[in-house]
Amino acid sequence: MENPKPIKVALIGNPNTGKTSLFNQLTGLTQKVGNYPGVTVDKKQGTCKLLNNKTAIITDLPGTYSINPTSVDESIVLTSLLNTTDKDFPDIIVVVADVENLKRNLFLFSQVKDLEIPIILAINMSDQMERKGISLDVETLQKELQTEVVLISSRKNIGINDVKKAIENCAEVSNTHPLCSINHKIDGDYFEKLKEVSSNHTLYELWLMITQNNFPDSLTEEEKKKLLQFTQDVSRVKRYQHKETIHRYQQINQILKRTYLVDRTKAKDLRGKLDRVFTHKIFGYVIFFGVLLLIFQSIFDWSSAPMDFIDAQFANLSEFVTKQMNDGVLRDLITDGIIPGIGGVVIFIPQIAILFLFVAILEETGYMSRVVFLMDKIMRRYGMSGKSVIPLISGTACAIPAVMATRTISGWKERLITILVTPFTTCSARLPVYAILISLVIPDKKFLGYFSLQGFTLLSLYVLGFAIAIISAFILHKLLKVKSTSFFVAEMPNYKLPSIKNVVFDVLEKTKAFVFGAGKIILAISIVLWFLASNGPDSFDNVEKNITKNVLNENLSSDEIQTKIASAKLENSYIGIMGKSIEPAIKPLGYDWKIGIALISSFAAREVFVGTLATIYSVESDDENNSTIKERMRAEVNPETGEKRFDLAVGMSLLIFYAFAMQCMGTLAIVKRETKSWKWPMAQLIGMGILAYVASFITFTIFS
Amino acid sequence: MNTIATLVKGEIGIISEESLDVIPLKLLEMGCLPGVEVELLQVAPLKDPLYICVNGSHLAIRKEMAEQIKITKN
Ligand SMILES: Nc1nc2c(ncn2[C@@H]2O[C@H](COP(=O)(O)OP(=O)(O)OP(=O)(O)O)[C@@H](O)[C@H]2O)c(=O)[nH]1
Ligand SMILES: [Mg+2]
Repeated sequence: MENPKPIKVALIGNPNTGKTSLFNQLTGLTQKVGNYPGVTVDKKQGTCKLLNNKTAIITDLPGTYSINPTSVDESIVLTSLLNTTDKDFPDIIVVVADVENLKRNLFLFSQVKDLEIPIILAINMSDQMERKGISLDVETLQKELQTEVVLISSRKNIGINDVKKAIENCAEVSNTHPLCSINHKIDGDYFEKLKEVSSNHTLYELWLMITQNNFPDSLTEEEKKKLLQFTQDVSRVKRYQHKETIHRYQQINQILKRTYLVDRTKAKDLRGKLDRVFTHKIFGYVIFFGVLLLIFQSIFDWSSAPMDFIDAQFANLSEFVTKQMNDGVLRDLITDGIIPGIGGVVIFIPQIAILFLFVAILEETGYMSRVVFLMDKIMRRYGMSGKSVIPLISGTACAIPAVMATRTISGWKERLITILVTPFTTCSARLPVYAILISLVIPDKKFLGYFSLQGFTLLSLYVLGFAIAIISAFILHKLLKVKSTSFFVAEMPNYKLPSIKNVVFDVLEKTKAFVFGAGKIILAISIVLWFLASNGPDSFDNVEKNITKNVLNENLSSDEIQTKIASAKLENSYIGIMGKSIEPAIKPLGYDWKIGIALISSFAAREVFVGTLATIYSVESDDENNSTIKERMRAEVNPETGEKRFDLAVGMSLLIFYAFAMQCMGTLAIVKRETKSWKWPMAQLIGMGILAYVASFITFTIFS
Repeated sequence: MNTIATLVKGEIGIISEESLDVIPLKLLEMGCLPGVEVELLQVAPLKDPLYICVNGSHLAIRKEMAEQIKITKN
């Protein structure tokens, strides 16, 4: 009240220590958490009501082992700490530490402490202490570190109010002493001289500016010039950095000796046993492949009942609306365009939720890091890093966060290749397209007793996605002449039972984002398409007259005449004319102009495919009984052959096209942002487009 | 000469002082310091990377780096 300005608080800590979990507790938001280093790769803000009615703005940052960054996500932390004049510069820092590995966590703490910003130490995962035989003397630690220390468990919601209280206290009495005073023990004279460069910055800040070559705007030209001189002597800077590190660890060891005790006899070695299984030279890969197989099998098996249910509900809904509303343009738009379009996405909620569920469980258990370990050597042959596995797997949900997740890869070339090939992995937007095509052209049979043929086809498409990603990576690896040094250290987190709450939130959030994101696009495209399909440059009356005249002497029922009129109208509509004009280009792939329209609208987002076809077919059929999308697609005939439109050849050709083509604006935009140039997204769009065209052509030729 | 790469699974060594200059800063910062015990926990199926425990941190590092870090066995 007296002080309406909110307190700015930044959460800093090693990766995987529970910063985001604490952030979620403080702000009531639900940012993504996961049990591997590098879940958060960008900063996120939220507000927190403190106990005395003040508010705090909390910033969640990516995890880092040190202020000295070696990858993009880590450098975000440095940048936000050095720029003292920035509007987001924190008033208070909360260092979040993992009690199980306090020593290494305190290393980062000691660096941050030396920046002389008011600081609190929150020691997380206190619920694990008993099981690991850890005891901690918080009182003494507090004195030694000259910092308020709170013991918390953000998973069990313990000590969160203490953190709030500490933030309030800290805002009032801010004591800021450097902890390790880097200067004397390393080289007194050198650091004395450095200190004289600027009186506006602490010695440690100046030291960081030199070592990181990061000169914020708050420096004067004069000061900057002096600092640049210090950077000349590279080997000395490096030597002193090493000495600084050792010096800090020595001091931390002293402190921990008096305050931290681990009873090794109490700690159970579950981790070692699990590691032996999961990283075994044969079982390791068998388990990994088994897990993938289980996921895809479940996607098909568990979801069929709820999907049939949803499908029927949407058909009912259309029928209901048809009965309720008066005949007219608006009714047609709703029953023929919007409801089937939205239904085309909603129906995939069960499958997508199952996929998200498995990915979330994998992420929460700590298994992902074992896969990183297993795959590093293999991935390196293809110019990537073991860490590329995480974007490739999480890309099965959506390529956009997957491209962001590459930030943890420290070598630029490894990272670039990973970004470029990630869109090949089968994302959830492809799932609706695959599923409907598979159910149309692949027989619903079992082989070897248990595996369903449809499920196996889907699995093959996923494997194909990974395979083509790997192959393109290999080609890029040979082609790209990018200089970069790669540096690989991956932390192996302890195994954890997944927190049900986290998993459920994660699945809900992602599914919601998928449905609403896709829903909006589909709604818009359905309306535009519907308009373009029911209007044309010529008056439709002429078309109708022509048809009626032509069929006069044929012996047709009125129903058949109605159908003929409707398709003639569609062909003469704007969309029909557009489709017809691109038909020659896609004919070699086995597609007609209606599929062509669906392909084009899919460039906004792939999942639009089903909705587009639904809209087009329903405008054409012009009937009163609302059949499901699948039935409509099955009923569609190829007028040239009189056979089904979606036969095996066309279906396979389409599957391959969707597997390879870059049809996602969102991904293109994020690749532009992460690579800072249009060059790479354009290369993706064109390269993947050519590949898709050629591969579909070959597929169609083989199967027909 | 012994390095982390010459350890066998389950064996423990002590990082020697002379390694200080070759250990990358990042690894030092993660606790991989001279004078500290290092245990080889697992070797990946293709002999690379190596999974070590040093100073309480469980890390996977590549063989080429492990080969540069000298140790003494006890
Ligand atoms: N047992 C236990 N687990 C916790 C606690 N807090 C967080 N976790 C788990 O620790 C893991 C990491 O949590 P995150 O909140 O994602 O950690 P982070 O620090 O944001 O990680 P990065 O974003 O990768 O730097 C998750 O699996 C959490 O469920 C806790 O108090 N106790
Ligand atoms: Mg996080």
